[in-house]
Amino acid sequence: MHLKDRRTFLMPHRGKHQHKMQLVAKTDDAPALSLERFESLRQTRALNPPVSGLEPYAGPWTRAEVTHLLRRTLFGATQEDVTFFAGLDLNQSVAILLDSTYTPPAPPVNDYNSSDFTDPDIPFGQSWVDAFYNPEAEGYRIESLRAWWLRRMMNHERNIREKMTLFWYNHIPVQFSQVFSGGHLYRYQENLRSHALGNFKELVRAVTIDPAMLFFLNGYVNSVYAPDENYAREIQELFVIGKDLPQYYTEDDVKAAARLLTGWRIGTNFTSYFDPNAHDKQDKQFSAFYGNRLIKGKAGVAGGPAELDEFLDMLFDHNEAARFVCRKLYRFFVYHGIDAQTEQQVIAPLADIFRSNNYDILPVLETLFKSAHFFDVLNRGAIIKSPLDEVVGYLRQMKINLPGAADLTDTFYMCYVLNFLLNDLMQIPGDPPNVAGWQAYYQKPVLDKLWINSSTLPRRGQINEYLLFVGLYGANNVAQANVLEFTKSLTNPGDPDQLISEVHGLLLGLPVSADVAAYHKSILLSNLPSAYYWTLAWDAYLANPDDAILKGEVENRLKILYHVIIQSEEYQLA
Amino acid sequence: MQRRKFLKNIGAGVAIPSLLSGFGVKAYANSPLSPFFSALSTDTDHVLVMIQLSGGNDGLNTLVPINQYDNLAKGRPEVILPKNKLLALSGNDTLGFHPALGGLRDLYDNGNLRIVQNVGYPNPNLSHFRSTDIWMSGSDSNEYFSSGWAGRYLNYEYPNFPNGYPNADMPHPLAIEIGTAMSMSLMGPQTGMGYVISNPDEFYNLISGVQSPAPGTPAGEQLAYIRLIAQQSRTYAQTIVSASGNVAQQSAYPDTGLAAKLKIVARLIAGGLKTRMYLVNIDGFDTHDAQVDPNDHTLGAHASLLQELGDAIAAFSADLKFLGVDDRVSGMTFSEFGRRIVSNYSVGTDHGEAAPMFLFGKPVAGGISGSNPVIPSVPTDYDNVAMEFDFRSVYASILKDWFCVPDTDVPGILQHDLPYLNLFDPNLSCLSTSTHQANQHAGASLIVCNPNPFVDSVQIEYTTEGGPTIVQILDAAGKLVATPVQGISSRGAHQTLWNGAHLPAGNYYCRLLNGASYQTKALIKVKG
Repeated sequence: MHLKDRRTFLMPHRGKHQHKMQLVAKTDDAPALSLERFESLRQTRALNPPVSGLEPYAGPWTRAEVTHLLRRTLFGATQEDVTFFAGLDLNQSVAILLDSTYTPPAPPVNDYNSSDFTDPDIPFGQSWVDAFYNPEAEGYRIESLRAWWLRRMMNHERNIREKMTLFWYNHIPVQFSQVFSGGHLYRYQENLRSHALGNFKELVRAVTIDPAMLFFLNGYVNSVYAPDENYAREIQELFVIGKDLPQYYTEDDVKAAARLLTGWRIGTNFTSYFDPNAHDKQDKQFSAFYGNRLIKGKAGVAGGPAELDEFLDMLFDHNEAARFVCRKLYRFFVYHGIDAQTEQQVIAPLADIFRSNNYDILPVLETLFKSAHFFDVLNRGAIIKSPLDEVVGYLRQMKINLPGAADLTDTFYMCYVLNFLLNDLMQIPGDPPNVAGWQAYYQKPVLDKLWINSSTLPRRGQINEYLLFVGLYGANNVAQANVLEFTKSLTNPGDPDQLISEVHGLLLGLPVSADVAAYHKSILLSNLPSAYYWTLAWDAYLANPDDAILKGEVENRLKILYHVIIQSEEYQLA
Repeated sequence: MQRRKFLKNIGAGVAIPSLLSGFGVKAYANSPLSPFFSALSTDTDHVLVMIQLSGGNDGLNTLVPINQYDNLAKGRPEVILPKNKLLALSGNDTLGFHPALGGLRDLYDNGNLRIVQNVGYPNPNLSHFRSTDIWMSGSDSNEYFSSGWAGRYLNYEYPNFPNGYPNADMPHPLAIEIGTAMSMSLMGPQTGMGYVISNPDEFYNLISGVQSPAPGTPAGEQLAYIRLIAQQSRTYAQTIVSASGNVAQQSAYPDTGLAAKLKIVARLIAGGLKTRMYLVNIDGFDTHDAQVDPNDHTLGAHASLLQELGDAIAAFSADLKFLGVDDRVSGMTFSEFGRRIVSNYSVGTDHGEAAPMFLFGKPVAGGISGSNPVIPSVPTDYDNVAMEFDFRSVYASILKDWFCVPDTDVPGILQHDLPYLNLFDPNLSCLSTSTHQANQHAGASLIVCNPNPFVDSVQIEYTTEGGPTIVQILDAAGKLVATPVQGISSRGAHQTLWNGAHLPAGNYYCRLLNGASYQTKALIKVKG
């Protein structure tokens, strides 16, 4: 391993985001009237919480419910996805979304060779994931990985795995910029992806001794001579137990865990191993929080792994382990606010399911996504889209297709642009601001509102506008919002009322008023009163799709209509 | 070295300048606290107010050619206006206004209305959408433009927009449209040039700080938060609020939709906005049936629309005078087409061809351009009013005489070379060329091509905020013809030499794409 270069890595200066954060509490320059209204609305949730719990949802199963489920479990609900699941029932739909069959995707390849840089180790088009660490190439390989991950999200199947991979990555992240070794980062991510619908305890065990994590949180230098508490603390504070309880693990627990985790080392060929000589063989005493558990020190090559298993047993025996992760899942999939009632009616029973299934994740997700609480109208549209939800959802919904294998170079470049823009929106895949993940998933009480400030909100609008009117360019390809194909996918695009209501249902997290809908219709109809004129124009285009004038007539109106709809604040809600 | 450069720029967190889309109230931008927002001006720039009559206005019942009255009466008995009810024009006994258009008649009699007869274009298209697009884009009947004539003018005047906007030279929206959304008229070659106010209520909510209601649910609470941030970050919103606040009193307006829009326009002009163009619309002119009251042809749907139009224009003109800004405001009506000579049994008229346009305001030369339409003695179903003037002649004259564009540049903006008309007071003075030059440099110029026009090679200078960067050459239709630069740039100024010797002479664009920011500049290739 030659991962010493991390300090020379020139990655984003994330400090700048800190001062951009515009917390709700900071109200100096906010219009008073609006803020009061906002505050009163904020309290509404406390006054009128959903009363539903985990009992099975028994309400209607229409496109509205399908869309709600897909927005939360996929990246954006496309028209085709909604139609597909609307033809099934809720149980069938959840079964497909949670199907845990896993075929690993083809690994990333050298798609970055250019006139500026040629990877000396790996030819263009060939996978680099087994290549040895090469400080000159790693930066490119990492961008290639980032682009590959973005494409996994853009091209995901009708399955929750990519959303869960992001969930776990946020929950237990390593930073690309810090680890700075493409091969290790690729494997770390595949570790999460392959475990994404599996068993949480096994996932934590795999991550604990994953070389990328050993490097990221200093496990690889944790030894009996110089214990390093970094991972020992985070596994308790951030990954498994949390600090939601008034009393939690102690500093002595951190010290004991650090000693227990001594001896894990990074090996060759992207492996890790246990070195008994670096291991602390003394007993480890844990606090009353863990029932005063004593884990006996063990010698030999089996000692470290055995102690690790006992340590994980101890963590996962604690009630808080399941509750902590269930709260995180709830915030990711349902709503950011967890009040006493939600804790009692949703979190606690979900945690019971998690524990009684020995930390298998699927029963938890299945119960949640089939529950009355999940489909409660009060929970619909109540999540502010993360940047990845917003951008990837937009790419999918608006049929912005990258050339892919047909032009690796352009595809790499286009993904690079998208990741560049995602960074501006404060969520570049692979580089959360720190080991706790993105703040919007944990910083209470504002949580997902952290995604939206006076810098990022205009930026979201600008990016959507750019993709609609300009597009992503490579040297030979352009990927632009395909408003005609999107419109053709609708049920009856010749009818402006149906077109608009269906697009509202797909794109907006909350319904808009009749006045707004009428305004949208006037755009499509160029202020004419009769819907017939749109129908005429649309049919004329369909009959002569290659006629530039007929095409321009409908395309121009559709672009402006979708632009206006997408710039609505309601579009930011999922 | 390359690696560092590459990585440094990926997500280096550089602050790309706000790309003020100009796409309206729903478009956002970065710096609500910019000092420019408070810099309201008392500029004397000329302003054009465009009033779109959506649906196709029946010109023959708007301004009736009395000398053709008998033939008209034969062709359109269901809708013909009684001759004795027409409003006479001072000094002209061959034309009469619809009885509801007293407002326009008075403007005419006072020398503040210019009538341009029989305006249309060759090979007219009778589709609303297509003909609207033609009128707004300025294309020929058989070509498709994706930009608008006014948008191209604004792009010519403010070539750096929206990069670096607002700024000291142009602190305000270039154009404002009320009641429409990103009309094609105001589309520039790349981006919308107009700020959209979707309806008068939205304007009054904006200036009184009222937010649209959000439901009292968790989602509504999130929505209210997003709206709060949106309100804080909306480009130009504060300048509009400030300009509105500068006007304490306006003269009276009728209580109609069009009047409400024009009242806002007058307030913003007098409040000090340097905005050059306003677009408002009034719809309902598609009068296939029930155009008139069968029992009294001076009443009915069309009469109501014309009443609203004439009264609103009259009130607006009076208010401009009251506010002391009438010297710098001209108005123009337009509609996608006129209507058929022959009327329907359903007491209406079908889509037609040429029709009169009206220009109004103190700066226009009162009077009439052109002659009365000629109506066949036995009109048939398919007879139409023939075109006398191309609508782009009106645009060309506005650009040259009102916006003071040198006549050498007008054909480039309109993409067509058409004769000029005399529509304005010949004593009008144009702004000094220094204003034009300041506008040329206003904002951030991100890409410059030299020489321009070019013969073989072009030196392209471009400035980026770092990160993914592409420089493209596009043809006049927007098709990509070359990519001189693609890669990751460091923040700052760069240049590249590009050889375009192989391209045919003509109009091109060079375009910079940097992240989601972009700028397009015209580039002309000439023969060596």
